[in-house]
Amino acid sequence: MSVEQEVRDFVVRNFFYGDQSVPLADADSFIERGIIDSTGVLEIVHFVESRYGIVLSDDELVPENLDSIARIARFVRAKQGTAGGAAP
Amino acid sequence: MSRSGGLHPWLRIDAAATVATLCAKLREAVHGALRRKGAVIGLSGGIDSSVSAALAVRALGPDRVLALLLPERESSPRSRELGAMVAGQLGAACFTEDLTAALEAVGCYRRRDEAIRAVFPDYGPGWRSTIAAAEKTTGAERFTWFKLVVESPAGERREQRVPLREYLEIVAATSFKQRLRKATEYFHADRLHYAVVGTPNRLEYDQGFFVKNGDGAADVKPIAHLYKSQVYELGRFLGLPEPVLSARPTTDTYSLEQGQDEFYFVLPYETMDLVLFGLNDGRTAEAIASATDLGVERVRIVLRDILDRRRATAPLHRMPMLLEPVPEIEANFAP
Repeated sequence: MSVEQEVRDFVVRNFFYGDQSVPLADADSFIERGIIDSTGVLEIVHFVESRYGIVLSDDELVPENLDSIARIARFVRAKQGTAGGAAP
Repeated sequence: MSRSGGLHPWLRIDAAATVATLCAKLREAVHGALRRKGAVIGLSGGIDSSVSAALAVRALGPDRVLALLLPERESSPRSRELGAMVAGQLGAACFTEDLTAALEAVGCYRRRDEAIRAVFPDYGPGWRSTIAAAEKTTGAERFTWFKLVVESPAGERREQRVPLREYLEIVAATSFKQRLRKATEYFHADRLHYAVVGTPNRLEYDQGFFVKNGDGAADVKPIAHLYKSQVYELGRFLGLPEPVLSARPTTDTYSLEQGQDEFYFVLPYETMDLVLFGLNDGRTAEAIASATDLGVERVRIVLRDILDRRRATAPLHRMPMLLEPVPEIEANFAP
């Protein structure tokens, strides 16, 4: 399963309570869509760290890395050293 | 020095007229709608509870107001002193209940400390702790989260982003404080047939800065529509003691001193008041930037934060939800 699909499954399960009918594009901002708040940020961090064995520094805790399915997938791949680069 | 730098024109109020109106409405609320003989109010020594108590005394008379001081082992002794000073000045009856034993009995300290030790294993007796807001901004985007700050008995301070589970556990355990304070207020209200006065200002009320069924519970909230700067203005008009007028707002909930702005608002309340007013009054981000010392981009971020937090905390304002209407009961609330 792709990172995008795993993140999508997490978001649907955790923030939409399993409702697959809520439209969500890979590029949609979680913040602008009102999907996460400060606690939601911690939930996403917990998911990324526990699912992918990554430790995030505070400096990496920015929307550019975590605020959409696509951004998380890019960040995870960069941290795993398979493609691209994480910010900052 | 008191915080009397003068209200920004957006926030100016006629303090005398405001006090007269609020006292009339508070009297009607307590004796009329609520049909209670007087008011109970928990005094923290802060500006909000002090102004609320002064309004209650003006509205109902000092013999119909009970001021409660509700210290526990981690609350600031200064809070208690200031609360007693205000109650004395107002001539209201004042009663002190130390909540330490009750908080120990429900495991408030133990549950919280276990969660803190999961993050800082050294944490133990004599250490102090707090939760503080943290943020990271890149361009026009921002994330906020929470960090746990601890201080050893030797004064060494450490901080770390708090993991989700521990964060929720710490907040849940700490909320026992607000809930037991409120339970105690209602004990006294019930035995005297009084109403409980809640003391949020507009910023706290709007942004959900309260514990549901804790400090969020009350029969009447007389200053919930007033910006914090305006509450200070009323405090000056009401002649509250200088130390209350000059005190920095704190939550007095965590053992390590914590300003409200550190925990929740990130910006000082004077600035938050202006941004919130600007939002509510339909002002542009440019106009709000001119009224504050913030740049336009920063204003846009804060505006979005306010709307996000309003949405996130909306459930705190909800009454218990009924799945089908019970109109006979709602009819009782008709004016």
